[in-house]
Amino acid sequence: MTEDELKIIIADILKQIAPDTDPAKLLPDDNIREKLEIDSFDALQFIVALDEKLGVETPEQDYGKITTLNTLVSYIMDKKKAISK
Amino acid sequence: MIEFRMPSLGADMEAGTLCEWLVKPGDTVKRGDIVATVDTQKGLIDIEVFEEGRIEKLLISEDEKVPVGSLMALIDDGKGTPVSATVLIPVTTETITPAVEKKIETELPHRIKASPLAKKIAEENGVDISTVTGTGEEGAITKEDVLKVVAERTSPPEEKKGASSESIRMAVAAAMSKSNREIPHYYLETEVDMTKALAWLTAANLQRSVKERLLPVVLYMKATAKALAETPDLNGHWVNAFLAKKEINMGFVVSLRTGGVMIPAIHDVGAKTIDEIMASLNDVIPRARALKLRSSDLSETTITITSLGEGSVETVYGVIYPPQVAIVGFGSISEQPWAENGMLDVRPVLNITLSADHRATDGATGSRFLMALKNHLQKPELL
Repeated sequence: MTEDELKIIIADILKQIAPDTDPAKLLPDDNIREKLEIDSFDALQFIVALDEKLGVETPEQDYGKITTLNTLVSYIMDKKKAISK
Repeated sequence: MIEFRMPSLGADMEAGTLCEWLVKPGDTVKRGDIVATVDTQKGLIDIEVFEEGRIEKLLISEDEKVPVGSLMALIDDGKGTPVSATVLIPVTTETITPAVEKKIETELPHRIKASPLAKKIAEENGVDISTVTGTGEEGAITKEDVLKVVAERTSPPEEKKGASSESIRMAVAAAMSKSNREIPHYYLETEVDMTKALAWLTAANLQRSVKERLLPVVLYMKATAKALAETPDLNGHWVNAFLAKKEINMGFVVSLRTGGVMIPAIHDVGAKTIDEIMASLNDVIPRARALKLRSSDLSETTITITSLGEGSVETVYGVIYPPQVAIVGFGSISEQPWAENGMLDVRPVLNITLSADHRATDGATGSRFLMALKNHLQKPELL
């Protein structure tokens, strides 16, 4: 999976969780939760969806590593690499 | 015979419009079955029955707007018992004021044939239904006819959203105005060191799959239920006098991105485990956001909690949702200087507030409740 494909999947998940927002307007370094006004409950739904759609399980202590699109994408790419090894 | 009535889905609801019957005379129904959809200010709500039986007669027709408590149908429960006025009103004990007893006139001067869905879509989009040309049976206006008119207009698509969020705004406004007018609130506040509770939660979540993870709010809810068991005077309704309720049906404030709030209830929180409470939240929050609630989600609430979650302000003072007598507010956990045993430390601190009805309780009861809640949050392993 390329980074661009991954970004499309992430945008899809965000759109499902926060249908009234426009994830396409997110800048790479925007704080996703602040920008889209995602509360604790929706944030957990997002983590669940990442697990279901991408097979990436994010432990709670890593929540701080996935706050922006940039950091989220590199976190998932790293995890995917680790899984395929 | 059982009387099936228009349920009250909150203090702000005076009437509802029957959109569709999902049953017909002769059908057998059991507890929990959805028998009708009703249009309210909070969107289309699925209405459930709470008894078993056979539908004897449907007494109101689709598109009819009737006050809360109006007889909608008769259900034969096979017992042949005389009709009782108390059965099957999944309602707060709130009385209906005589002013709304009268059927509310909503019909246009001449009747226009249109499906309920078509009318609903037309209303949401501000389309005058009398200007739509019907292509259905006997010229009835169908959903497609209305959608065609909507599509033909050049107006921005935001309009649809505006209409429904506007009605939710009005529902919140009505309930909160009533609360502020009638309920003499008093407010208490306390701070809780959440070190133990958060450590317990982290350990608990390590044992769980992503799907089963818990949020701090489930601890708040369970601890609130336990504290209420010790101070039952805060769990119930005020209708000319305090009516205590046995079951703790906790309303949970869900804020909508488009504005306004929905307050679905988690039933019998006292009897649920924290995993069951989390499962209930997972079920009801997405439905509340999508405005797809059932009548049981919105009735019989005995107390409300509002939790702002992380990244918000530290303190929230709630406004009581009548006819309840208390609302508990949980702010965002933040690191604060904390003095204990003559030492100063930095701890994760949660501010909890109680807004309570002074007609029902006094500050002493409120204080006992908050202290009990605080103690329960210090022993998360026992929740």
